[in-house]
Amino acid sequence: MTRRVRTRLPWPMAAAAAVGVSLLVAPLIGLLTRVPWAELGTLLTSEVAVDALRISSIASAAAALIAVVVGVPVAWVLARVDFPGRSLLRGLVLLPLVLPPVVGGAALLFTFGRRGLLGEPLHRLTGIVLPFSTGGVILAVTFVSMPFLIVTVEGALRSLDPRYEGAAASLGAGRWTVLRRVTLPMIGPSLASGLILTWARALGEFGATIAFAGNLPGRTQTLPLAIFVQLESDRDAAVALSVVMVAISLAVLVVLRDRWWRAP
Amino acid sequence: MSARTILIGAVLVVAVAACGGTEASRQVVVSAASSLVDVFGAIERSFEEAHPDVDVVLNVGASSTLREQILAGAPVDVYASADLANMAAVADAGLVEGRSVVFARNRLQIAVPAGNPARVEGLADLDRAELLLGVCDPAVPCGVLAEQVFAAAGLEPSVDTWEPNVRALLTKLRDGELDAGVVYVTDVVAASGEVEGIDIPVAVTTSYPIAVLTGASEPDLARAFVEWVLSDEGRAVLDRFGFEVP
Repeated sequence: MTRRVRTRLPWPMAAAAAVGVSLLVAPLIGLLTRVPWAELGTLLTSEVAVDALRISSIASAAAALIAVVVGVPVAWVLARVDFPGRSLLRGLVLLPLVLPPVVGGAALLFTFGRRGLLGEPLHRLTGIVLPFSTGGVILAVTFVSMPFLIVTVEGALRSLDPRYEGAAASLGAGRWTVLRRVTLPMIGPSLASGLILTWARALGEFGATIAFAGNLPGRTQTLPLAIFVQLESDRDAAVALSVVMVAISLAVLVVLRDRWWRAP
Repeated sequence: MSARTILIGAVLVVAVAACGGTEASRQVVVSAASSLVDVFGAIERSFEEAHPDVDVVLNVGASSTLREQILAGAPVDVYASADLANMAAVADAGLVEGRSVVFARNRLQIAVPAGNPARVEGLADLDRAELLLGVCDPAVPCGVLAEQVFAAAGLEPSVDTWEPNVRALLTKLRDGELDAGVVYVTDVVAASGEVEGIDIPVAVTTSYPIAVLTGASEPDLARAFVEWVLSDEGRAVLDRFGFEVP
């Protein structure tokens, strides 16, 4: 006989949960009460808004692309290659997940700035200056967001039963074919959600960007930077851009719902 | 590490942090413009020496950021802005007790990294396209002032970054990441040797008003702090940091 057990929540727990929920949901309502719905169209087609949308789209898409090209191999090395110092390496490449982004921005400046460790020779040899350029924005948001892809894909690779790959290999498939035809399709869903997380994090990046790439509309001013600056000069414009960010964030949650929402 | 260890650790951290600041029994919260960070730090120390039971808490940011905080109801006792407009906005909202008083003036200078690698000699050089130039965002007082300077000099320089406050701009000049920037004379003084100042022959100055706020939780202390800033001692400190004292 099965019986549905109804959990009775002790009241202090229920009260604490209510506080927790309000803490997370109330600010969203607070933001929505300030939205100038009537002027939303005008505000979002202003030059500053369009520029910021463009820079944010470019930077976040580039970060997602770079994460796939170099982040997936990093995940693969961490999951599949056994070498001394692997845990240390994992810790180092995942550090940006927990590092305050503004610290990341300062570190990028000391490394890739015109007088930085690598930036100085780069500037001397090629004349390229990364800070205050769209390339600098891409570098900053990639630094902060790529670990999301690495951690997701590495987890998927670890939980993948190596016997599938072994079976394919025993049937004569080469390493590259195994990777392309077996491994990648099996980690596909994780790769996709890692990619979305990376892209969303890149889109929302603020601290590393303003510290490393500065703030210039049309070149380095992303959506979060535009919101930050406009909050003090044009509140309505800032709120309108914030609505865009909320909408994108909601869309990300909807796309990832199978992964996060459905309780086990 | 078990969940319990983590929880106990977190509680300890919070408890230690909460105990840290209890020597002084009374607090006065002072919201001061970014360009005041050093001079108000010095004034804070001298005020606290004279009032051992008082802890001055400096909340430093762009004047416009501080204005928004105050308008949104932040618990602040004293507001010191880098221009009259932000103070007026706070006063118009009925949040200033009595009237604000101008306690200092400041001018802009061109700042270049030590050694002046890009060979900037004056305002006209800021028009050079290859120059990496930083200016404060027009949302903050030093940005408004810089626009006035450019307009008066008939310049439309190509700016590479609009920084959210003057100290963020100064940091990038100190590191040599920018070739030139427009900051306050007092910032060049504060960066002692790491940046060089080049005078701007345009007479544009900004006034720094200070006021006790009506929402002050310690109005007596707030008034005492403002009087301290306006006293001979406060004026001497302001002068030492390069401010013009009216």
